Amino acid sequence: MQMKINFEHRMSAHCENGVISNLLRYYGIELSEPMVFGIGSGIYFSYLPFYKLNGMPVTSFRPWPGLIFKRITRALNIEMHSQRFRDPERAMQELNNNLNKGIPTGMVVGVFHLTYFPAPYRFHFNAHNIVAFGQENGEYLISDPVMENTERLSAFDLKRVRFSGGIAKPKGKMYYIKSVPEHVDIESAIRKGLKRTVLEMLKLPGPIIGITGIKYLGSRIRKWPSKLGERKAGQYLGQIVRMQEEIGTGGAGFRFLFAAFLQEASEKLAIPALNELSMEMTKVGDQWREFAVKAGRIYKGRHSTETYDELSDFLIKIAENEKKVYQGIDKAIR
Amino acid sequence: MKVNEVPQDDANLFEGKTRDVQYAVGEDGKYTTVKSVGWDPKNTAMLQVWEVEKEKIDQAKKLVISGKKSPLYFHMIRCLMHVKLVASYTGLPRWKVKRHFKPDVFHKLPDHILDKYVYAFGLKSREDLQNLDADED
Repeated sequence: MQMKINFEHRMSAHCENGVISNLLRYYGIELSEPMVFGIGSGIYFSYLPFYKLNGMPVTSFRPWPGLIFKRITRALNIEMHSQRFRDPERAMQELNNNLNKGIPTGMVVGVFHLTYFPAPYRFHFNAHNIVAFGQENGEYLISDPVMENTERLSAFDLKRVRFSGGIAKPKGKMYYIKSVPEHVDIESAIRKGLKRTVLEMLKLPGPIIGITGIKYLGSRIRKWPSKLGERKAGQYLGQIVRMQEEIGTGGAGFRFLFAAFLQEASEKLAIPALNELSMEMTKVGDQWREFAVKAGRIYKGRHSTETYDELSDFLIKIAENEKKVYQGIDKAIR
Repeated sequence: MKVNEVPQDDANLFEGKTRDVQYAVGEDGKYTTVKSVGWDPKNTAMLQVWEVEKEKIDQAKKLVISGKKSPLYFHMIRCLMHVKLVASYTGLPRWKVKRHFKPDVFHKLPDHILDKYVYAFGLKSREDLQNLDADED
């Protein structure tokens, strides 16, 4: 089978934003990555000391995979179809049927066996998003938003990543857009996204989510060296920086991406205050970057003058500054 | 972060295959994207993770060379896997996977079982299962 859908591949910081943005564009809805991210309330923070990954507590700067997707389709009234499979053969057959009908098809895959991925990034992470848009010489044509160019996968390799093992198996999950409305109300979608962000970052109860979560993490860092020893404490810090800066956040744990969204939202809603808040958010992002630099000096172990105590205080200060931005948004969109 | 402040610290973590998209503020005060090959604090954090893994891999290699474990054990560690994950990729029960870590048992395994491991560890052939330098791919 030889076929190729005229699908425009655009790179993005994050795979989920990117797949949504690229699929929507195919159906005539032009939404930038920051817009997708903001409408889906992609900015988030949670610190889960009891939930460990590789033996380290999880710090997350984004909501659960798939959530941004769900929110976008709901906010814009887009009809999506998504399904999982038990039988790999059927999963591939359904994909082929879809491609034959000329439908670009999104899939959730594991990255470990993703042959075109740079080796140092091939962990057992099962919530990566890609789009198949054709077949050529027995290979699938793949648009992976974190790759600069389009890629190719053999049927064998694609099947393996669609049925990867481990936590939260994708089970061959595929999805595609069935229909889009003639008119989409971007303004109200933006407002909805902003409101939800204010709620999640400021108002949710409990110590681990939003601004209180950042402060909580700040207060914990102080205790790490005495509780865990220097080596382990350094690894914990490294884990935070990885989550904050690793492939897909656009820098500073999505803070810059969110600032970009605020800037666009300011124009679309004609609220100048949001542009000022965007600049404030940029400063907060710069401070997160500084946090990573300070943390880096510690875990590099080059007898830096930086201490865990200072790092704790600094993070709590960042939380205070970030809080002001959300309070400002709360006021601006009333 | 301004456009001209986007770091380009290359530690070859992307292996030239792609770059990272960063959002930064341009001269006109508007946000735009800049591609980056890496940033020192992040690179160090990534390398730190691999350092820990490398230690485990080296240890596994020693166990295989000294005849205490079969090569399957080495490949499991090399692939950052654990028994449960290997079982999930091969479709074998966990106790069997563990049993195959015994060199004597491993050497008698039929080809169709070995093929399951070749698939799970992303190798090209059964011969590769014997290769303990496969981590330099």
